[in-house]
Amino acid sequence: MQAPTQPADDTPLLAVRDLRTHIFTRRGVVKAVNGVSFQLRAGETLGLVGESGSGKTMTCLSILRLLPRGARIVSGEIVLQGSDLVTASEAALERLRGKQMGMVLQNALAALDPVFTIGTQVGEPLVIHQRLSWRAALRRVVELLRLVKVVAPEMRLHSYPHELSGGMRQRVASAAAIGCAPALLIADEPTTALDVTTQRQYLDLLKELQQATGMAIIFVTHDISLVGNMCDQLAVFYGGLLVEYGPRQQILSQPSHPYTMALLQAIPQLGESRERLASIAGEPPDLGRLPAGCPFHPRCEAALDVCRTGAPPPVFPLAQGRQVRCWLREQEHDRSAVGSA
Amino acid sequence: MTEALLEVRDLAKHFPVTRGLLRGKQIGAVKAVDGLSFRIQPGETFAIVGESGCGKTTLANLILSLVPPTHGDILLHGQSIARFSPAELMLYRKSVTAVFQDPYGALNPRMRIGDVITEPMAIHGYARRARQQRLQEVLRAVGLSADSARRFPHEFSGGQRQRVGIARALVLQPPLVVLDEPVSSLDVSIRSQILNLLKDLQAEFGISYLLISHDLATVEHMSDWIGVMYLGKLVEIGQAKTTCRQPRHPYTATLVAAATPPGRTPPWTLPIMGEVPHGLDIPSGCAFHPRCPYVQPICRTHTPPLTMLTAQHQVACHLYPEAMSAATWPPAPVTSA
Repeated sequence: MQAPTQPADDTPLLAVRDLRTHIFTRRGVVKAVNGVSFQLRAGETLGLVGESGSGKTMTCLSILRLLPRGARIVSGEIVLQGSDLVTASEAALERLRGKQMGMVLQNALAALDPVFTIGTQVGEPLVIHQRLSWRAALRRVVELLRLVKVVAPEMRLHSYPHELSGGMRQRVASAAAIGCAPALLIADEPTTALDVTTQRQYLDLLKELQQATGMAIIFVTHDISLVGNMCDQLAVFYGGLLVEYGPRQQILSQPSHPYTMALLQAIPQLGESRERLASIAGEPPDLGRLPAGCPFHPRCEAALDVCRTGAPPPVFPLAQGRQVRCWLREQEHDRSAVGSA
Repeated sequence: MTEALLEVRDLAKHFPVTRGLLRGKQIGAVKAVDGLSFRIQPGETFAIVGESGCGKTTLANLILSLVPPTHGDILLHGQSIARFSPAELMLYRKSVTAVFQDPYGALNPRMRIGDVITEPMAIHGYARRARQQRLQEVLRAVGLSADSARRFPHEFSGGQRQRVGIARALVLQPPLVVLDEPVSSLDVSIRSQILNLLKDLQAEFGISYLLISHDLATVEHMSDWIGVMYLGKLVEIGQAKTTCRQPRHPYTATLVAAATPPGRTPPWTLPIMGEVPHGLDIPSGCAFHPRCPYVQPICRTHTPPLTMLTAQHQVACHLYPEAMSAATWPPAPVTSA
C-alpha cells in the first residue's frame, strides 16, 4: 500500500451545497432531499444518520449520479475535487465511478453478480480504469483480498458469491470498491445485514483501510449508536433535511436539534438503568406530504408557532462548526455570531 | 422458587440433512436447538440473545408448538405438552401467543384490523359479542383508536401494525407471549414507543415474555433474565443486569463489547475472531472454541456443561469455576459513566 497522501491545503474533497433531489411521480413530487449542504475533507469520515425515508440514500445516489427513474437533482452543487458532478457528462461520470468514488451497499449478495467469480468482479474495475492486463489485475485482486482479510485469497479468486458467508461477501464488495484507491468511499448501511460481532469486525476493517489509503468515507446508517467511534462528523437527516451537522463528539454529548436529542434518549444503551425509554410521539413524515414549516414540528415537544408555517427553518451556524436547522437555536446562533465577531 | 410458568427441559430440534435419489440417505443433522433448559416465571421477561443462525427462531417455533421437538420437553404450569391431546394443545396455544418481527408480513392484507385481532377468539369459539367487547379493550390497551378496527393493514404504518400484532397476541389474555425480534424492523424513533408499550402491558396484565433478540442493549432494558445462545446451545443464563455488566462466558463478553454505546470505551477489548460457523459444521467440544481468545486444549474435545456459578448464574465454559477467583478474568465490570 502506498503511503497516505494528505493534501496540504484546506479545500474540501467533496462539497455539497444546497442539494435538492426530487422524485417526480404520478401522485406528486416527493422532496427526498430538500436543501442539504455538507463538506468532507480527505481522510475524514462523515456519518449520515436518519430513519428510512429521511433522504440519506438519495443524497448518496445524487453524489454518484445513480438516481432511479423519475428522480432528478433540481438544484444545488456537488463538487468533487474541483469538478461539479451535477453538470458532468455521463462519460465523465463513468470515469469517476469506481475510480474516484467507490460504493458499498447494504446487501452484498445483491451487489455481487452471482454468475461471475470473485476474481472477475473485483478485477473488472482495475482492468477498466487502470488498464491493467487481466493477469496483473488478478495479482492485484489477491493483494486486495488479503487487505480486507479474506482467508486464502488465492483460492477465493475462483469462488462464486454464494460460496461465501455474509461477512466475507461484504469484505469482497469492499475490496471491489477500494480497488482503484478511490478518494471517496460511500458506504450505505454496509453492516445492517451482518451479525453483531461481524459488524464490529467490518467497522474496524473500514477504519484500517482508511488509515492505509487516506480515503474519505461517507457512512450511511439508521443506527446512531453505530457511528460512535467510526465518524469524525455527523449529519442527522429528518424529512429530507439535514437537521443537525457537526463534529461527532459534540453532537453525541450535546445534541442541539430536538430530534437528535429525542433520538439519543430513545435508544436503550448497555450498562445504564432506565425504567422507561423516552419516546418520540407520532411517525416519521411521508416525503410526498411534508408538513408546512419544520418537518419535525408535529412530533416536537418544543415547537413554536414559527415552526408550523412557511418554509423549513434555515441553517443556523453555531460555534465549533456546528449547524442546526431549528428555530429554537436562533438566539444561540446570534450569540455565537456576536461572540465570534 | 415458585412454580415456573413455563419450563423447558433438555429441549432439542435436529433437522436431518439428506442426500441421494429420493433423499433416502441422511448425511448429517443441523442441531438448531440442542439441549436447552430454562424456566420462565410468571410476570417476568426471559430473553434469548444470539446472532443469526444460533437457533433462536427454532426455539420460538418449538415453544409455540409449531414444530415437534426431537427430544426434550416443554412444561406449562408443570404439565408436559408432549402428552397433550389435540384439544389440550389448542388450550396450550391459547396460553402461549406470539408477536413476530415483520409487521408487514404478519398481517393478512385482505382482512380488516378488527378481524385480524379477533381471529384467535373466533378460532377458540368465542361469541361475536364477546369478541367485539374484547376488541375494544385491546385496541385501547395498545393505543389504537376504536375506528381502526374497520381499516385494512396497508393504511397503517409499521409501528401501528406492530401494535395490531401485539393486540392480536393479547386478545386471548395469554400468560406468556413470545416476542420474536419485536422492534428490529421498525424505525429507530418508533422502537421506544413499542418497547414502552410492551413494558406497560406487562405491568398491567402480569404477562410473561419470552423475548428473542440479537440486540443486547434492548434485551438488558427489557428483561429480568437473559439466556445467551450460541449454535443451538445456551452458553450463559443469568439475571439481565449481572449478565450484561459482568458477563462470564467469553462469547457474552464479546457481545457486550460489541454493543458498547458510542463515546464510551468498551469495558474490555476482546479480539473478535472469525465468523459464526454454519450449523452443519459445528466445531467439536465447545462450539465457540475456534473464536475464543481463552481457548484451552480441553475446549477442543469436551463440551462444557452449564454449571451453576451462583444460584442465579449459570455458564457453560471450561474456565469456570476456577476463573472466578482469577485476577485477569472475568474482566472488570462495566463502569457506568
